Amino acid sequence: MHRTKVKVVEEALDANNTIAAANRADFDRAGVTVVNFMSAPGAGKTTLLERVVADLPGVRVGVLEGDVQGSMDADRLASLHVPVTQINTGAGFGGECHLDANMVRSAIGALPLDDIDLLIVENVGNLVCPAEFRIGEDARVMVSAVTEGVDKPLKYPLMFRACELVLVNKIDLLPHLDVDLDHLLYNIDQVHPDVERIVLSARTGEGIDGWRDWLTRIATRAGAILAR
Amino acid sequence: VHELSLSSAIVNTVAKHARGRRVAVVNLRVGRMRQVVPDTLEFYFQFVARDSVCEGARLHQEVIPAWLRCRGCEQEWEIEIPAFRCPTCGGSDVVVASGDEFEVESIEVEEAECIAPR
Repeated sequence: MHRTKVKVVEEALDANNTIAAANRADFDRAGVTVVNFMSAPGAGKTTLLERVVADLPGVRVGVLEGDVQGSMDADRLASLHVPVTQINTGAGFGGECHLDANMVRSAIGALPLDDIDLLIVENVGNLVCPAEFRIGEDARVMVSAVTEGVDKPLKYPLMFRACELVLVNKIDLLPHLDVDLDHLLYNIDQVHPDVERIVLSARTGEGIDGWRDWLTRIATRAGAILAR
Repeated sequence: VHELSLSSAIVNTVAKHARGRRVAVVNLRVGRMRQVVPDTLEFYFQFVARDSVCEGARLHQEVIPAWLRCRGCEQEWEIEIPAFRCPTCGGSDVVVASGDEFEVESIEVEEAECIAPR
């Protein structure tokens, strides 16, 4: 036996990126814009979707719901009469902590692509892994709730840098917190200079119009921020 | 926590290039900005490598420092903390010159001796 060195020079996530590109091609063919929607657990993703999905002028929305376990989020959204497709990333008590391109690929057949203009993929609640895995999306959006504190952009720069839009949620709670909103916005800007931000509250509805407008813009492809 | 997923990606990439040969060493280039914990990656790699051509392979990780370049004023600098605005001109048109790599650079595989034809 002898040892041979083999030159590889390949991004280890290339396999995922290749599948993501195939997903993207399928979505493009169907004329569907795809948003990868991410945050830590409990930041308010599902509530932010409940606020807008049934109310986007001229845009037919579908949701792909990724969860480690259960269909609680999917049930909430289905009650708003938008088509919801569920992916559970694990059986029993295990499961992946993110969606990857292959999981989305396996769900494509179940998606009503001919009947929707915008697909929102609600990723598994996690600020780390989802940032690494493209799924074939046009844009990535994350939620950062003020209750998480001002330091999250500095601790999870990969996620904050991966996104084209940051929703700063739960601002109705600011009077009860020792959290300085300007400091949080400053930290977001340090990690991802000039990234688009919308400050809002899913609970009171403050700022929700901006979120609705953003989705409408991207779904009609009027926004020129489509990530490639 | 993403080291498990990353380990699977490494093993899959290596397996493609190893073409059935047993792998002794995997040389990986990891940018500082990928937020990879080397010990954790090593641990999961050994776990995921079981029953694959990578079983027992050594994972060598070369850490690549994070350098940024401002397209506004052409300044280049190294970062230790995630601050991505240009410290010189305050601009936001800043590109990552290095530090976001996560690539299998090369592998060392065990090859059976060939018997030269007479």
